[in-house]
Amino acid sequence: MSDLDTAEQVLPGTAPGEDVVFELRGDADFDTAEMSLSIGPAHPATHGVLRVVLDMDGERIRAARPVIGYMHRGFEKLAEYRDYRQIMALTNRHDWLSGFCNELGVALAVEKMMEMEVPGRAQWIRMLLAEWNRVLNHLMFVGSFALELGAITPMFYAFREREDIQYLLESATGGRLHFTYNQPGGVKIDLPKGFLRESVGLVESTRARLPDYVDLVLGNEIFQARTKGIGALPPEVALAYGVTGPSLQAAGVPEDSRVTEPYLKYGEIDVRVPTGDNGDSFDRFAVLLGRIEASLDIIDQIHDHIGPGPVNTKLPKMVRAPEGATYVRTENPLGQLGYFLQSDGSKNPWRFKMRTPSFSNVQSLPYLLRGQLMPDAVAILGSVFFVVGDVDR
Amino acid sequence: MTASLPALWDAGVLEALVAQSASLLTLDNFWLSALLKILLCTVMLMVVSLVGGYLEHKAMGHMQNRTGPMEAGPHGVLQLVADGIKFIQKEDIVPRAADPLVFAVAPGVALVPALLGFLVIPLGPGIWAEDLELGLFYALAIGSVGVLGILMGGWASANKFSLIGGIRAAAQLIAYELPLILAAAAVAIQAGSLSLVDIVESQATMNIFGTPVSMWFVFPQLLGFAIFVTAALAELSRPPFDMPIADSELVFGYMTEYTGIKFAMFLLTEYGGMVFMSALISVLYLGGWQPLPGIGLPGCEAAAGISDCGALGTVLGVGIMMAKIMALIFVMVWLRVAYPRLREDQLQKISWLVLIPLSLANIVVVAIGKVAL
Amino acid sequence: MSITTPTKAPFGVGLMKGLGVTLKHLFKKPTTQMYPHERPDLAPRTRGVIALFDENCTVCMLCARECPDWCIYIDSHKEKLPAQKEGGRERTRNALDRFAIDFALCMYCGICVEVCPFDALFWSPEFEYAEYEIGGMLHEMDRLREWADTVPPPPALDDGADSPAEVADAIAAKEKELDAAQAKTDEAAQADAAEEPAPTAKAKPAAKTGTNVADVHVEGAGEQIDQAVYDEQIAAGKSERMARAKAKAAWVRAQKKAKLAEQAEAEADGGDGGDGGDEPAADAGASAEAPPKQALADVHVEGAGEIDQAVYDEQIAAGKSERMARAKAKAAWVRAQKQKQLDDQDGGDP
Repeated sequence: MSDLDTAEQVLPGTAPGEDVVFELRGDADFDTAEMSLSIGPAHPATHGVLRVVLDMDGERIRAARPVIGYMHRGFEKLAEYRDYRQIMALTNRHDWLSGFCNELGVALAVEKMMEMEVPGRAQWIRMLLAEWNRVLNHLMFVGSFALELGAITPMFYAFREREDIQYLLESATGGRLHFTYNQPGGVKIDLPKGFLRESVGLVESTRARLPDYVDLVLGNEIFQARTKGIGALPPEVALAYGVTGPSLQAAGVPEDSRVTEPYLKYGEIDVRVPTGDNGDSFDRFAVLLGRIEASLDIIDQIHDHIGPGPVNTKLPKMVRAPEGATYVRTENPLGQLGYFLQSDGSKNPWRFKMRTPSFSNVQSLPYLLRGQLMPDAVAILGSVFFVVGDVDR
Repeated sequence: MTASLPALWDAGVLEALVAQSASLLTLDNFWLSALLKILLCTVMLMVVSLVGGYLEHKAMGHMQNRTGPMEAGPHGVLQLVADGIKFIQKEDIVPRAADPLVFAVAPGVALVPALLGFLVIPLGPGIWAEDLELGLFYALAIGSVGVLGILMGGWASANKFSLIGGIRAAAQLIAYELPLILAAAAVAIQAGSLSLVDIVESQATMNIFGTPVSMWFVFPQLLGFAIFVTAALAELSRPPFDMPIADSELVFGYMTEYTGIKFAMFLLTEYGGMVFMSALISVLYLGGWQPLPGIGLPGCEAAAGISDCGALGTVLGVGIMMAKIMALIFVMVWLRVAYPRLREDQLQKISWLVLIPLSLANIVVVAIGKVAL
Repeated sequence: MSITTPTKAPFGVGLMKGLGVTLKHLFKKPTTQMYPHERPDLAPRTRGVIALFDENCTVCMLCARECPDWCIYIDSHKEKLPAQKEGGRERTRNALDRFAIDFALCMYCGICVEVCPFDALFWSPEFEYAEYEIGGMLHEMDRLREWADTVPPPPALDDGADSPAEVADAIAAKEKELDAAQAKTDEAAQADAAEEPAPTAKAKPAAKTGTNVADVHVEGAGEQIDQAVYDEQIAAGKSERMARAKAKAAWVRAQKKAKLAEQAEAEADGGDGGDGGDEPAADAGASAEAPPKQALADVHVEGAGEIDQAVYDEQIAAGKSERMARAKAKAAWVRAQKQKQLDDQDGGDP
């Protein structure tokens, strides 16, 4: 806020706080009133309860401040009072679009501390479901990003695909969002009969439908006019903010834990990491579609590798991680998920710290939104993929 | 009709404005014919708009891999009626900081021009309320009054999103009124009349080198047609030009704070506008009630042009006009389903840098053609 | 080549393609499921609602302890059982008074089902139990017991699955019996062998041995339904499956009540419907007071997994899902077998 000749005009009757103050201030060539616009916590563009306070000059954004914490549920503290089985049920809820990948992180952390051998079949099943979960998550953002630019149709197509995938995952895990299928040492129960056959078929049908999104969204001239060059995130800025996942890959950095630090059996298969050139909204969307395609390719490879065998190991009555600490990072659909687990040998973790991708991705918003137009702000909010539960935890 | 006009209106001005062609709705009894005309406009707004809305629901639904409304009536035909009843029942909320009077008046200011616009639209042979000499001028002028209501609603809501929506609507109107009028002017030049009935008739009888040729204006003026449709979409705030509403940015633009019947009036304005613009496009470019270029309706006497057909011809004519309106609404829906939204500055650029120069060129070409042929 | 590889196309091609994609879908069949008219066919593992087989519950409290949000409420009392042999010791055991799950709190993690050591808790894919008031989400024992009728058999595991030793042994044993049984029954009874679930111990709780309360036995439970209750439930808009379950329960209750009256034998303290008094209103039409819950009979039937083809066909004809029909047909078969065994024991009891 400048200390030039300021004149305040307060609208009567609206809520107190900075939102109601219209501040008039001098500008280089055109005098306009600066307006503070609060997008959220309940606003269609933030799909969740993220709040972004914009200082606007007409439709031009001077500064943007994300206000987070509306959905803070205290997962980290809660986890200190839950045993490891219960933590799995908790963690698939902070990023509700990637439940399986979240629980996978906990399982890997506990297994690492207990130095547990996980049967091969269990690892392949975990990878299979994690990749399906990734496709599920990305389809959601393909739909919601287009929706934010005013294209309503991709959302419906994406939900058709999501429904098929969710039905498949439900047949194995019993859940559609919160799978709760992992356990330390493997997965709870083997896949039902016919799962793999359906999975093979679903890869084909999903892949056959992907060109629809290219035709409808990516190749559309209006979409390109709206997103090309908008919200470009240079790689060094992205790295400085700790942005990971599709947003970082769109900036041209091929960072992906599945490749750079393989866990499970990702080292044995070929993982393609699509990258962009400019890091703008268009590239982020293209990378997202590319990641769906890459995940489908990975699923094909998993189908070839998955063999017979046990899917879990015998567990003690109460899982206790030995004293010590560990950090496990996995490539979540939205970026890098890290779990820091410190145990004092009891059945609960002594400290359970989450490094969630959405939290870091949202930090880049002030940089991205500065100087943009209000409609572009929405395009940027939709393309810096985040889940508010994952931001606030 | 002048015989029974009240003395106040009988100033001769109105009479001079009314063109020659007679409307079937004009009866000896002034009040009866006034009632018929009011009925015509109301039906166009209340019924045809709802049919258009239903078409949007269903076409959009099926294009999006779903069914659209299915529960209210067979295949959901009564969905919009049910919606209307729901809107009437809902609480009428006026924000505390709003200007209550302007807030309340705005939906009416938006709705009434949409209603009045139908006054000059010829729906079939002999089926129109008034055939004004300045019909085209009147239609375009009345169509742009509605934005006042939008601006009023946006300002009076005391909501920043509403305000931005209202301002955007006004900016959009200024940008797109010009290409709209320029494209229509080319049609008026070619038809040689501003009367909408004359424009329809002239599409049945056009002379090229002295030979009468039936030709819809969409063929010689394809460019003008494209400009007019684009500008009409922008004027109606239909996607991909729906920035004043822009539900992902501005919540619901100028309608954010409206509830209940007032909201329903804004919605009705939108759908009434769609019907009005579609009717205008069919009249200007698609030959009005003519089934095909060069083919007249059955029962039309050659002497009275194509405006006096028998009962069968009249009914058929109205049906053809309605089919054209619905086809155009379908195209609007199709564009909404397929495209994302443009940005406000891109919209302005398209108008000032592309559409206006093109429409000026279009006028020049048409004028030369008119003189030469 | 990736689909996202940029291609150079002249202006307008992208716009046309967008119109093409949407037009293509206009002529495709929509995927919409008209939900209340058309019910989703959910996978057997679906975590819809938790069903309780209270006769299996030993009040070990593991579920209540492991529940992450403490939504399971259990009350019990100790009761003495007379010595089984002459001169033996009296035994004490826990009798369940109240078992309630508050589905308003439940997060559907399934830990309780997983930890239950005595197979008293199961998931059922039923999901239509929304309430206008949050208090209605607290399901007491009788309501949880009703869900038990809807529990589907677990799906067969993938071919590559490695069964635990006890399950593998059980499967082998059952297969032998099935082979024997198959010889006897019609070939047609083996409809759709691919979907025949593995008859593991968990598959058919009703066929379990060692049920502990069997004071009053009602013959024919399951086949008979209380038509009045059924109609009433259907009229109230309940699902057919639910209505059938309720009607069946009402019939059994009525029968038991009659028998009890006949015997004029007052139960000492075997549970007097003390389920917290939260009997669902829809249930009230059947009987004013719920008699104590009892197991059908402690008769063990070998080869559970067989189905009664007549019942199966009848259910399919009535428009039931294949899963439901199979479950009913199987139950009917088990009941018929039990009846036969009982008849053999009793020597011609009708």
